[in-house]
Parts: sequence; C-alpha cells; structure tokens
Amino acid sequence: MIRLEDIHKIYRMGEVEVGALQGVTVTIDEGDMVAIMGPSCSGKSTLMNIIGCLDVPTTGQYFLNDEDVGSLNDDRLAVIRGTQIGFVFQTYNLLPRMTAQANVELSLVYGNLRNRKSRSLEALERVGLEDRAGHKPTELSGGQQQRVGIARALAKQPSILLADEPTGNLDSTSSEEIMAILKSLHEDDGLTVVIVTHERDIASQTRRVISMLDGKIVSDIPNTQSNLVTANEPD
Amino acid sequence: MNPIDVLRTALSSLGANKMRAGLTLLGMVIGVTAVISLMAIGRGAQESITSRIESLGTNLLFVRPGSSSQGGIFAAQGSAGTLTLEDAYALLDPIFAPSVGSVAPELGTNAQIVAGRENTNTRVVGVTREYEFVRNFPVSSGSFITLGQVLNNSEVVVLGSSVAETLFGNRDPVGQNVRLSGRRFEVVGVLESQGGAAFGSFDDQALVPITTAFYRLSGQQTNQGWVRVDTINVTAKDAESMDNAIGEISTVLRLRHRITAEDDFTVSSQQETIEALEETTNTFVMFLGGIAGISLLVGGIGIMNIMLVSVTERTREIGIRKAMGAKRRDILMQFITEASLLSLGGGTAGVAAGYILSRLLDGRNLAGQVFETAFSTNIALLALVVSVVIGLFFGIYPAMRAARLHPIDALRSE
Repeated sequence: MIRLEDIHKIYRMGEVEVGALQGVTVTIDEGDMVAIMGPSCSGKSTLMNIIGCLDVPTTGQYFLNDEDVGSLNDDRLAVIRGTQIGFVFQTYNLLPRMTAQANVELSLVYGNLRNRKSRSLEALERVGLEDRAGHKPTELSGGQQQRVGIARALAKQPSILLADEPTGNLDSTSSEEIMAILKSLHEDDGLTVVIVTHERDIASQTRRVISMLDGKIVSDIPNTQSNLVTANEPD
Repeated sequence: MNPIDVLRTALSSLGANKMRAGLTLLGMVIGVTAVISLMAIGRGAQESITSRIESLGTNLLFVRPGSSSQGGIFAAQGSAGTLTLEDAYALLDPIFAPSVGSVAPELGTNAQIVAGRENTNTRVVGVTREYEFVRNFPVSSGSFITLGQVLNNSEVVVLGSSVAETLFGNRDPVGQNVRLSGRRFEVVGVLESQGGAAFGSFDDQALVPITTAFYRLSGQQTNQGWVRVDTINVTAKDAESMDNAIGEISTVLRLRHRITAEDDFTVSSQQETIEALEETTNTFVMFLGGIAGISLLVGGIGIMNIMLVSVTERTREIGIRKAMGAKRRDILMQFITEASLLSLGGGTAGVAAGYILSRLLDGRNLAGQVFETAFSTNIALLALVVSVVIGLFFGIYPAMRAARLHPIDALRSE
C-alpha cells in the first residue's frame, strides 16, 4: 500500500525555487491499477519518482507498506528499489551490450536474490519472450524491448510496478500488447500497477485515474468511460 | 552485490570497449616495463661494479693526495700533488709500518695509443711490478712490468684486453710496437679480461712503468723532482690489521710531510670505496627508477582519464543500475574494480615484459656498452603493488563521481 501525506517537492533552479509538488495526499491500495495523468510539468513524473524511491519529498510523509520511507538515506532507498519496486521506462533503458536475459538479471543482482537464471527466464516467459532471451536489445523491436523492460521490473517480484509513459515510444499494436501485459499483471498476479501517461486511451484501461495540474491533484476518480471525459477537461 | 558479480560486471564493461581498454592497459604496461627493466639495468651495473671491486680483496687500502673526504666521496682527488714514489716506498718501513704488506703506487693519465692504422683513446696508468698482485691484474700473455723497466723508465706497455683487441684484433700484440703520445712503446704483455661494466672497464686501460708515465707522459715534476703519484694502493698484512695499517700509514706520511694540522692525504679502505660507489650508483639507479616512475604515473593518469570518460558516457547506465537498486557502494566498487583490473592487468603484463626485456639485454653489447641486468623479484612485486595502488588512486575519483550521481539526473542524461 502506498500512502502519501501532504507531499511537497521543491527544486532549486539557480535562484528560483520551483514547487513541483504542492501538497499531494493520496493513497493507492495494494493490487490497484492507477493512472496518473496530466500535462507536462504537472508534477506527475516527480510524484512517480517519489513513489519509486528515486527521490525524496522536501516535506510530507510517504509510507510504503506502512514503512516510513520518505526520510530514508540513499542506501536504504536503494534497498527498497532493489526489492520492492519495479520500473518500466518510456525509453526502455536496457543496457545495449547485454542480452535480454542479462538485462533482466540486472534487477536481481543488486537485491542479492537467488536463482537468477530461472527467475529471469520465468519473467521473460511471462512477457512471451523466452525465445529471445539471448538477443541483445538492438536485435529486438521496440515492443519487444519494452516487454524485456517489464520482465526486468517483475523478475524480483516487487510489490509495485511503476511505468512511466510505457507506451510513449510505441506504435498502437505494440502499445496494446504492453497494456495487455500490464493489465494481466494487475488482474492475474495482483500486482499494484501505477502508470504515468498523458494518453487518454491508456488511462482509460486502468481502474482509477488521478489527474494532476501544477503540482496538485485536481481529480481522483474511479475509472468509467463517462468519468474519464470530464476528468480530463483541463488537458 | 557479491564480489563475483562485481568482477563479472567490470570485465564485461571493459570488454565492451576492448580497443580503449587495451590502449589504457598499454600505458600501464609501458610504465611497469620501464620501471622493471631500467631498475634491472641499474642494479646490474651496480652489482658488477661492486663485485669487481670486492674481487680485488678485502685488505686493500688506498692513499690519495688531498685532504679528507666528505661522506666517503673523494673531494678534489689528486688536485694536490703531494704524494710521491718515495712516500709510497717509505710505507714499506718494517719498523714504522709493520702492518703494511705491499705497496703499489699508480699515476694515471689519458693518452692516445696508435698501432698501425688502428688507434684508441684510453687511460694509461703508470705502475710498478707490485701492481699486478696488489690489484689482481694477471697477464694472459707476455709479462708484467718489471722492476728493471721501472728503474730505467723503459718505454714498454702492458695492454688491457679490450685495448689489445681494438688495436691488434686477433693477432698477438706481445713484441709489437705502439705509439703512445708520439713515443714508441713496446708491448710486453696483455692483461687478462676482467669483464665488462657499465661505468668504464678495467680492460680499457694500458699499464706502463710509473717512472715512464711521469717523465715521458705527464710532463710534470714535483718541487723536489720526485715522481708524483695519484694513488698508493696498499695491502695490509691481513684483514685484521687493516685499522693498524691505516694508523701506521698516516703516521709515516705525517712524519714525511711534517704535518701538524690537517692531513694532505686521505687513507681509505676498499669498503669505503664500495660504499661511496654504492652511494653514487644508488643515485643513478634511483634516477633511472624515477624516470621510469614518471611513465608509470602517466599510465595512471591515462587510467583516470579513461575512467572519467567512461563515467560520463555511462551516466545513463549508472542511473539504470541505481533504479535497479544499486547502492553507492555498488557503483563505487564497479568503477574501482574496472580501474584496478586495468592497472593490475597492465602491471602483470609489464612485469612479464620487463622480465623478458632485462633477460634479452643481459650480457648484450649495445652501442659499446655491455649491459648486465639484475632482475629483482622485489622490484617486480613492488611495481605490481604500485600499479594497483595507482589504479586505485586514479580510479577512486571517477568512481566517486559515478557513485554520487543522483539516480534521476543519471536516468535523464542522454
């Protein structure tokens, strides 16, 4: 369970202070599938970085599975990233010189997890890429690379899967594949999935849509087709 | 992250850029090779000099004109022409100097020797017949300078083996004539070869009667008209009487020179000479090592350079690794391991290359200089350790830069 309480994040850009998040309070239940929407600079990426323990809030509290992680130091945050959080990036962020399997294993190395070979193969199987395990990213299509990215995120069996514009660089067919996998992870495996996106039809496939603007949550509603139309009025 | 993973990751990162890793490695290889082979050459020279002098015997003393030396280095040696042939023979006095065994004065000068169409410039030393056994210079053919030749200022010469070879090739020089400073000398003998050295050789000299050297070659005279000498080689009766001999020599010479204040001569032992020489050659060896050390340093800077480039290039990778849960320590270790592998690999290859090079040079005659090298395991180990330390030292800054990167900034970089 993710619980954020009155989160502020202030960046200093030279002399100017920018309030990227200005009092965000939100709770995401275990096993939920949530979309965070909003235009660029609305603070959605910052929120995701904080949820993913890549960044810490300036003020406010963040509880991840009832542990206060908002004030942990770098190394403790690294441990949480290494064991509880799986990232899926817009640009895949695979290491080009490694095979798909080695890329998946990478997420297991830092958590000191055992059975890396079998776990990584299982994860690749889960995304339907077991026959591509020995290929390097450059030998895979964009959609396949993103599936490797998802396999990497879920290999350590995290409690949350965070996807930052996971379909942003993909054509519609690949996008559908990726969304199908993410939905299946949510529905079949009970994983908490948080997707940051600015695409309405991606958000519409989740169960809850949080809309952000200027560092604040402007709407937070369960997803039905009619809700979505009004929820995205500011976009 | 366990050490095997760290090592595997570092190896695969280095392997991703083989050309670059290879060139960086080469810098270290050259540095370590230079240290090891130059030190081997230096030590080899030092050892050959020391062993040559030691072979002369342990009970040898040298009396030289000029006042006391500093730290065993002879100040203004031979500048004051205060020792004469008579001084030398006075040391044989059995009453005043009972510990003195034998005495061999010498007077050195440089001269050109011509034989037919061949010629060479060499050191010409005026000696007496005692020189042969006091300094241990046996002849391989012919005979040594005799007492009669000294008394008659005879124009005869005993050639060192390399001089003989230069002038006469394979022919027997004994009985032949050479021209020395324009005068005709008869070759009466050839010295046995003493072996080569990096600092001048005892084979590259010619011996003449000391009186001939003085009257015919040096063209100088003392006030009293006595024969001046450079050095009086003195043997003590045995090793135990060395200290007595030094005292007796000083007494005799002070009496003869009517000295009340500071001595105008210096008595030094073989050991002091070796120590003085070692001091000088140590400086030489250190100098060589220093030069080689600079190339090692340059190799280290090469590693730092490439690691900094690597960190910049792989900022995104660092971000990904951090997102996957890599701690600062993991990133730090990865880059330090890469730098250490480069330096250790370079060091190992350098030790091997240095060993081979010093073996190849051993006993080789290059540009008229015979190299004797002494490969030292200690130096090799030291060079290896130093190269690893250099890798750590120059690797740590880039590694810290990598470890300190903020994951978000790192992920955003292109």
